[in-house]
Amino acid sequence: MMTMKVLTLAFAALVATSASALAAEDLSQPQEPIKQSWSWDGPFGMYDRAQLQRGFQVYKEVCSACHSLNLVSFNDLSYENGGTGMFSAAQVKAIAAGYKVPAGPDEKGNTTDENGNPLMRPGIPADHFPAPFANEEAARAANGGALPPDQSLLVKAREGGPDYVYSIVVGDGTKPPHGFKVIEGKYYDPYFPGRNISMPPPLTNDSVTYSDGTKATLDQEARDITAFLTWAAEPKLEDRHRLGFGVMLFMLLLSGLLFLSYRKVWKDAH
Amino acid sequence: MADTTAPEPTRRDFLYIATGGVAAVGAAMTAWPFIDQMNPSSAVLALASIEADISPVQLGQQVVFNWRGHPLFVRRRTPQEIATAKAVPLSDLIDPVARNANLPDNAPATDENRVATGDANHTGKEEWLVVVGVCTHLGCTPTVSTPQSPQGEYGGWLCHCHGSQYDVAGRVRHGPAPQNLAVPPWTFLSPTKIKVG
Amino acid sequence: MSGPSTYVPKSGFARWMDSRLPLMRFAHDTIITFPTPKNLNFWYAFGAILAFMLGIQILTGIVLAMHYVANADLAFNSVEGIMRNINYGWLIRYMHANGASFFFIAVYIHMFRGLYYGSYKAPREVLWILGVILYLLMVATAFFGYVLPWGQMSFWGATVITNFFSALDQITPHWGSAIATWLWGGFAVGDATLNRFFSLHYLLPFVIAGVVALHIWALHVPGNNNPLGIDVKGPQDMLPFHPYYTVKDSFYVALFALVYLAFVFYAPNFFGNPDNYTPANPVVTPPDIVPEWYLLPYYAMLRSVPQKLLGVLVMAGSLLTLLFIPWLDTSKVRSTRFRPMMKQFFWFFVIDCAVLGYCGAQSADASLTLGSFALPLVWIARLATLYYFGFFWVIMPLLGIIERPKPLPTSISQPVLAAAE
Repeated sequence: MMTMKVLTLAFAALVATSASALAAEDLSQPQEPIKQSWSWDGPFGMYDRAQLQRGFQVYKEVCSACHSLNLVSFNDLSYENGGTGMFSAAQVKAIAAGYKVPAGPDEKGNTTDENGNPLMRPGIPADHFPAPFANEEAARAANGGALPPDQSLLVKAREGGPDYVYSIVVGDGTKPPHGFKVIEGKYYDPYFPGRNISMPPPLTNDSVTYSDGTKATLDQEARDITAFLTWAAEPKLEDRHRLGFGVMLFMLLLSGLLFLSYRKVWKDAH
Repeated sequence: MADTTAPEPTRRDFLYIATGGVAAVGAAMTAWPFIDQMNPSSAVLALASIEADISPVQLGQQVVFNWRGHPLFVRRRTPQEIATAKAVPLSDLIDPVARNANLPDNAPATDENRVATGDANHTGKEEWLVVVGVCTHLGCTPTVSTPQSPQGEYGGWLCHCHGSQYDVAGRVRHGPAPQNLAVPPWTFLSPTKIKVG
Repeated sequence: MSGPSTYVPKSGFARWMDSRLPLMRFAHDTIITFPTPKNLNFWYAFGAILAFMLGIQILTGIVLAMHYVANADLAFNSVEGIMRNINYGWLIRYMHANGASFFFIAVYIHMFRGLYYGSYKAPREVLWILGVILYLLMVATAFFGYVLPWGQMSFWGATVITNFFSALDQITPHWGSAIATWLWGGFAVGDATLNRFFSLHYLLPFVIAGVVALHIWALHVPGNNNPLGIDVKGPQDMLPFHPYYTVKDSFYVALFALVYLAFVFYAPNFFGNPDNYTPANPVVTPPDIVPEWYLLPYYAMLRSVPQKLLGVLVMAGSLLTLLFIPWLDTSKVRSTRFRPMMKQFFWFFVIDCAVLGYCGAQSADASLTLGSFALPLVWIARLATLYYFGFFWVIMPLLGIIERPKPLPTSISQPVLAAAE
């Protein structure tokens, strides 16, 4: 009995050491993104409007300082007027008016004011989100040579999708493991290729104060911004899921009827 | 295969008819996305309604905005022009209907009805005439008539394509155009700002 | 087509038309009364499925072209405009993108079916060659189409593929580069390239439709092959195409469409590459560039050869080999069902293609680790490439001579009758 126990323990210890040996990380490779469950997962998944509103707040107050959202118009934020978003048409109008967008030339043909700044006008719902930087060079100059990517399609343009975006946000600025040298001016992010990221940790607890009273933990903020960016990348997901359900039912019915017809027709063929 | 006797309706026929019917319904429903894609997109519809600042418009002047891809004439009429327009008896008009989207279809083409907006109370705003600058004949853009450069005999607009003439209320007074210039749905947001569409 | 026409015009107009342009007679003889072997199985439905997919691609493609802008500055955003603003644009674009993948799934099954049952053998050589031409046209169309969204994979895929031609420099200096420059309309893939690829992407499907008509014509002259691979002996072996095969094919088309639409609605980016949602950037190559899945086996063959010109030639050779199959197979028996040795080599060939596909999807320096032993994937790809060519150029001709086929049934209806008794 005793020897059995000792042997078992020894075996277990052996397995444990070899497992930990296997688990020794290759620090040059990024970790797999953290798997999260999302409200839009699965064939019946839908966005959570309250979460999208919070996510928009995070984008507006934090991300938009460096990241553009070129493909999204203010009107898209509305759940009215053909948009698939999270605000009423009146709210969208107010949001749009809060942004300054480039205006056309004035009646004298000037494109800049007397100080040489480009002419601007308040946004209208049909306008797209203005970019934080005039061009790529300006964006790089302001960010130590790194280009903050446009966020309109970020979730679809990255392997791992929403899980990846969430992981990057929560992983940014975490403590590097022993022996990992973070490059000067960069931050450790175990989920980013190379693990050195130029983006300073974008969010911490209470980076924003949610108007709906939700506690703004880092996890909550990261989940909310991921939801907003997923919506921004795939605004027609809900239409797709809804229509898909009807189409699947219809195709099952049609296939069933065709199968019965096929059996009937072929009954007398042999 | 070749069955010469008239077939009785049987369960078997019903199955084929049901299958064919369901397939036909499916084809019809599939057609809709392929038809609807040619309708105006949400980006186009987002511009269906515009807000225009009318503060720079001087008395007796017309400013042209772009609304739904058409020129939109916003004309600030002088008291004499208003008086001329009001003096025209309805019986002189080619088109006796107001053609104002803010009023019922059968409203008469009086000057009051031509300048009527979607606001509940629009008295005292009669110097502002807002019309779509599309000749009701074949869609050309009429030229505005001013005292310095009169166009036609009625002081309003002249369409150079086929010679239609409009008065200072945008009502057709001469030649091939059948209808008055259309008045779009519009309201005042403030004394200097209007919303069209 | 085979045998005299049985069409009888029913109305006065039909008789008038029949003596001038017998369209109705043609339709009647090809899709109503066309005598078809009675033993065609599920795998024979893929012809109809392919016709259905061609229709879907042309229809959705024409619609997409109404909104797409073939300009390097606007193409990416115009595709996103389709996805975001156009009514049902997301549906039509996802149908088109996934339609390409399902078109290839169907064509590969159709080709393997033809290989298995010996459908390329006399008197169907021309039918097979037309099929290979159709497949090559599909590959070209798919390649041009993949460039149009002007994402990173579009751009770099176009760059890599068009650079194949520069390999010709190793035969006659400058000629290959000259061809590449001519294809690009510039010194690199750019606006001019995008425009001409759009034009060709719109043109080729109609060429495909034309060759499909020839393919069906070439099918209707000798008639269908069948799973037994033996010739039909008479009317007892046949059924009229309608209603027997119209309803059978319709059922399988619906089943195929069900799976296809499940991807369109629930996993629309499954076959796509995330990098193509980043706009084309001519100065940054993505770390792992791979072609679409249906071209991965060729990509693996290309990379398995360490010499540029040779790699391109191996890849071109793997495609051109398909044209010679009718003469490489020396066996008297068509169907692999009665060829015990061929059966094993055939299934090994199917696995071989899958292995090549797997190797093509991995990065160039990947290796397969078995314990402490690491086998570079490029060596697996080399072995698989060797088998690919060996299968057609060595095994096929030899097997026909050394293999002893199983006895063939005397007619199609015989085994059916035997089973019924």
